Amino acid sequence: MILDSKIPAGPLAEKWTKHKFSSKLVNPANKRKYDVIVVGTGLAGASAAASLAELGYNVKAFCFQDSPRRAHSIAAQGGINAAKNYQNDGDSIYRLFYDTIKGGDYRAREGNVYRLAEVSVKIIDQCVAQGVPFAREYGGLLANRSFGGAQVSRTFYARGQTGQQLLLGAYSALSRQVANGKVKLFPRTEMMDVVVIDGQAKGIVTRNLITGAVETHAAHAVLLCTGGYGNVFFLSTNAMGSNVTAAWRAHKRGAFFANPCFTQIHPTCIPVSGDHQSKLTLMSESLRNDGRVWVPATVEIAEKLRKGQIKANDIKEEDRDYFLERKYPSFGNLVPRDVASRNAKYVCDEGRGVNETGEAVFLDFRDAIKRDTRKIIEQKYGNLFDMYKQITGEDPYENPMMIYPAVHYTMGGLWVDYNLMTTVPGLYALGEANFSEHGANRLGASALMQGLADGYFVIPYTVGDYLAQLAPTKVDENHPEFARAKEEVKQGIERLLKINGSKPVDYFHKRLGKIMWDKCGMARTEIGLKEAKAEIQALKKEFWSNVKVMGTNEELNQTLEKANRVADFLELGELMVDDALNRNESCGGHFREEYQTPDGEALRDDENFAYVAAWKYLGEGQDEELVKEELVFENVKLTQRSYK
Amino acid sequence: MKLTLKIWRQKNAADKGGFATYTADQVSKDMSFLEMLDVLNDQLTEKGEDPVHFDHDCREGICGMCSLYINGKPHGPQQTTTCQLHMRSFSDGETITIEPWRAKAFPVVKDLVVNRSAFDRIIQAGGYVSVNTGGVPDANEIPIPKTIADLAMDAAQCIGCGACVAACKNASAMLFTSAKVSQLALLPQGQVERKARAEKMVAQMDAEGFGACTNTGACEAECPKGISITNIARMNREYFSAVVSSENI
Repeated sequence: MILDSKIPAGPLAEKWTKHKFSSKLVNPANKRKYDVIVVGTGLAGASAAASLAELGYNVKAFCFQDSPRRAHSIAAQGGINAAKNYQNDGDSIYRLFYDTIKGGDYRAREGNVYRLAEVSVKIIDQCVAQGVPFAREYGGLLANRSFGGAQVSRTFYARGQTGQQLLLGAYSALSRQVANGKVKLFPRTEMMDVVVIDGQAKGIVTRNLITGAVETHAAHAVLLCTGGYGNVFFLSTNAMGSNVTAAWRAHKRGAFFANPCFTQIHPTCIPVSGDHQSKLTLMSESLRNDGRVWVPATVEIAEKLRKGQIKANDIKEEDRDYFLERKYPSFGNLVPRDVASRNAKYVCDEGRGVNETGEAVFLDFRDAIKRDTRKIIEQKYGNLFDMYKQITGEDPYENPMMIYPAVHYTMGGLWVDYNLMTTVPGLYALGEANFSEHGANRLGASALMQGLADGYFVIPYTVGDYLAQLAPTKVDENHPEFARAKEEVKQGIERLLKINGSKPVDYFHKRLGKIMWDKCGMARTEIGLKEAKAEIQALKKEFWSNVKVMGTNEELNQTLEKANRVADFLELGELMVDDALNRNESCGGHFREEYQTPDGEALRDDENFAYVAAWKYLGEGQDEELVKEELVFENVKLTQRSYK
Repeated sequence: MKLTLKIWRQKNAADKGGFATYTADQVSKDMSFLEMLDVLNDQLTEKGEDPVHFDHDCREGICGMCSLYINGKPHGPQQTTTCQLHMRSFSDGETITIEPWRAKAFPVVKDLVVNRSAFDRIIQAGGYVSVNTGGVPDANEIPIPKTIADLAMDAAQCIGCGACVAACKNASAMLFTSAKVSQLALLPQGQVERKARAEKMVAQMDAEGFGACTNTGACEAECPKGISITNIARMNREYFSAVVSSENI
């Protein structure tokens, strides 16, 4: 099978304009005859649902939370990139495109990334018009800050809560359409399967989380805006409920899964404190604008620190190693996330870690406070400092923060073409759920940009092109496929409830997380990955024979919800390992120890691996089939990424 | 640390419910409150008892999903969300009482889980600027004084958790509603629909069965995001000036 990315021909800057013009349109009066299902109400889902409803389509929006406003986009802190060049510092659409392609270590499609940069400027306009209170300068115009992997200030922000404000903006637009009767909302409802009829997506199966009722919903198109799969690692910065179930079940129905091993480890998270830990908390990348990352210059000093004989502030300037500034003088503390994470790991592996576990580095604001005063730092990062103090009990104004990398984002996801359509016609994936824009590493403040670009400005055009080719007649929910898919979901639930083993769901999830983190995390080796595959297979077997799920289906049952999700993570984990094993190179967040430059940077192999690895599901217990989409670079030259 | 937990158990909305007592030993001071409950739930599961249901998601204090009325206070003793509350705020041997939010407009679903959809319906009544996607002016076309933008942001920080309602003896939703009314009344983008918004949102708030405000200030004191009751004063001004010049009635 050949994967057609459907990237339009012609000059980069004209592709999207041409594509929009050649897309078919649905007559305004006919739009009300088409139904669209949107699963997930984060930035991608809420913006898509609102925009499609505004156009006149009938939308059903689903989320597992009690309100669409709680989707995990809300937790994004730092900001959103846009090529506005308001700062007159040399930014442009092309530069944002270039930074994103380079930041992704040349494993993303040129056409998609250029479109993302192109529509980025409209996102800011849209959000301001909705009443999103972005940070402003005294003259009343919008403020910007810098983020990793860029040398211009193009990040728009709302204190340390940019994701919250953007999501509440999209949620307000969605709420307006609910009031208008164009969106029907299904909170506390989880998608359990996709219904595919004659090769086309025609609906979904859901479980009402309050009553347990398994139901079907029919539509002309289904949009999965269901986020990433970072929780496969158990500990991550994702919300507790974030899961891969919708994407995974779609995968099993024919949607290819692309680059599953591309996961982002974020350098600035609060370190793990003990076995009870349920999640990790991110400290925004924006902190690296003013915070300096360092460890003691020698192992001896680090040991004293770990034993509590000295404190960070006792360590003299010459005994501190500002390792990012030393190794990467031009980008300094603002190198991309994969580079910053890997270097933190290196210094900790050398024995220079600064907390009890030896797995932490300092992020120090002493010099910034001296330079700018505490008040300025408080204004910029007050809520983040408060959060740090709340969690650790330490005051970061007095002592440097301690941070360590943690799983944060997944660049991989469902394979989509330029129209954001998966390999199942009528089934789309938007935002983090797809694989398309970030290559092997995402730059900071680009996730919000992608989610909103997909939902506000891409899908309204591309879904119309598909719907225009369908007859405007209702999808028949009495088709036997609906009943069959529903029955399969019910059987899956019964199977879980019947096991009645002896171990809680988290027991398995934690063990899976540890395998993934140790062997498919920040650094991977062939031997380790092979071990991981066998271990996951054994764990999966154990799960299906010994998990204990309390209660029944016909009630609110949080254990059952979790068991369903962990069952899918176990399958996904194996595919991630297969993908990491297949990719015999290092690129971005995928670091295979066998493939590195003499100074420890990722060593790509463009000749053999400049492709998207899309995986096709072949059946229970079978290895998946690899289908390659070659990446074509017409505009940028592939070079070794350098941030020195 | 060893703790005694008195937790509200209620099978479903129709069940009467009541307190059950549990012992939590081996609690570490570094645990978050919800992690302490995770450990309890794993123990209950291993014993074959139904785990305690509670709402939670981001565990970063921003999604607003977690609730819990702890020792007579929404989100417990600190001015933060329950997910950010850590066990170092409690002492060894303490008895902790955990209840759901109590308000007529927030019916209990199960155990500590309540239904807060009433908040969504208040926003649906008018908590937005009516602009469609596309066709909007450039983001820098309308300058907004920094002081105004900052005030709007202060109000916009509301996470919709419902602690204000749980804290209020009247179960009033004035702080929640006023935060959205204020944010949009302060910004130039919100001016066109300013009057209608205040009227509609207040009407929906009343229709949902939330109580009136008697200015006790409990909502502000318990709000994990420090939303100020000056927003309520602003909403009252907005509402009264809307009503006296209303075009809707």
